[in-house]
Amino acid sequence: MEGTMHADAKIRAETGTESGPRGPGCSLRHFACEQNLLSRPDGSASFMQGDTSVLVGVYGPAEVKVSKEIFNKATLEVILRPKIGLPGVAEKSREQLIRNTCEAVVLGALHPRTSITVVLQVISDAGSLLACCLNAACMALVDAGVPMRALFCGVTCTLGADGTLVLDPTAKQEKEARAVLTFALDSVEQKLLMSTTKGLYSDAELQQCLAAAQAASQHVFRFYRESLQRRYSKS
Amino acid sequence: MAAGFKTVEPLEYYRRFLKENCRPDGRELGEFRTTTVNIGSISTADGSALVKLGNTTVICGVKAEFAAPPTDAPDKGYVVPNVDLPPLCSSRFRSGPPGEEAQVASQFIADVIENSQIIQKEDLCISPGKLAWVLYCDLICLDYDGNILDACTFALLAALKNVQLPEVTINEETALAEVNLKTKNYLNIRTHPVATSFAVFDDTLLIVDPTGEEEHLATGTLTIVMDEEGKLCCLHKPGGSGLTGAKLQDCMSRAVTRHKEVKKLMDEVIKSMKPK
Repeated sequence: MEGTMHADAKIRAETGTESGPRGPGCSLRHFACEQNLLSRPDGSASFMQGDTSVLVGVYGPAEVKVSKEIFNKATLEVILRPKIGLPGVAEKSREQLIRNTCEAVVLGALHPRTSITVVLQVISDAGSLLACCLNAACMALVDAGVPMRALFCGVTCTLGADGTLVLDPTAKQEKEARAVLTFALDSVEQKLLMSTTKGLYSDAELQQCLAAAQAASQHVFRFYRESLQRRYSKS
Repeated sequence: MAAGFKTVEPLEYYRRFLKENCRPDGRELGEFRTTTVNIGSISTADGSALVKLGNTTVICGVKAEFAAPPTDAPDKGYVVPNVDLPPLCSSRFRSGPPGEEAQVASQFIADVIENSQIIQKEDLCISPGKLAWVLYCDLICLDYDGNILDACTFALLAALKNVQLPEVTINEETALAEVNLKTKNYLNIRTHPVATSFAVFDDTLLIVDPTGEEEHLATGTLTIVMDEEGKLCCLHKPGGSGLTGAKLQDCMSRAVTRHKEVKKLMDEVIKSMKPK
């Protein structure tokens, strides 16, 4: 497939070992991203965070149904398909989160009365699923050439019973945690675009998690840049 | 003349008010609409509450029924919320299967119940592995004028405080449940989560308790659910313009004051209820 780029990047906030389980404190799992792997959609991307993997296809700007068209901007639609079973209410809720995040960055005013459809398929879920979906959606939108005013990334962090912060948790860590917070941050000023949380936590802990997520997002954006640089430097 | 301007340029019309730090209905940027609550109005439900936040009206009815506890948690009952946004409340909703907004609101309420531990699910168990209560919480919006999440959370809390469950004993010989309708107990409500919603305008201004029009013009929304100890149960920001940490801090402090207002209102209402 022309233009496939497999960019591996081991990103750690502090020095750690090359492979295997990460050390204590803040560090993200192994990232991998592939773009332009599907032939039908205008843009596609597959994003892997550790064992969590999401495949996204973007169609657009394309024709929109008259009932759904907006006269001065593009209509964004997001479809999230779980790995097993039919999409339910939880998927609808996640679709709304992803859609509103994309709407905040996509320059819809450049393509009025069109539709941009983002279709996400969960390939495997090993923790931090929503963050992986957001990252994959961003990469796919870039691959499709949809004009955006910033990139965005998703970061999940968990708070343990004693207040320890773990970034990019595995499924097991998410289950054992007292609180799981997922943030979407933009690339320009690391402002908070989207947030969804589970569990009880205090205000101070929220600010701590947000700061940690903002630091981690820098790594994610650097990974995006390296991945795209490698892709376009070939041609 | 103002009405014409409002129709043609709603955002500019709105900005004129925001520049003077107020809103078309005369409120300050950090002021809530008049909140009224009425408890126990539905006699056929085990618990009910009607909440009005300005024009937004939500009624919550709680029905308790029997069910077998889940196999992976035999000592827990169920709390099943459902938010319904019928065509009655606003012209934007059509009849048929629940739309996206209703599903998102239902998921939000389910998350609030789960995160805040408002009811210990173990309290709903009658006989481990055999019988447990399931509380069906139906929230129906009667009038949609923005800030549906705050109204739903408050209605749910008030209705659950109103729920009275009869005592149930399992007869040893027949293995059937015997319900004693004469002895009724209130539920043990452990925390009081209160939601505070904000709308973001032009990426910078935050206004509290948006009306329907304000929500439509806003570039983003944010809902904070806080309990009495200042712990956050939910920070729901579904996309929209970015916020800095400092702005979030302001929202937190407003949420704390709102919690006190709501708690005071709730306590007054509960006190004024005549015992059945």
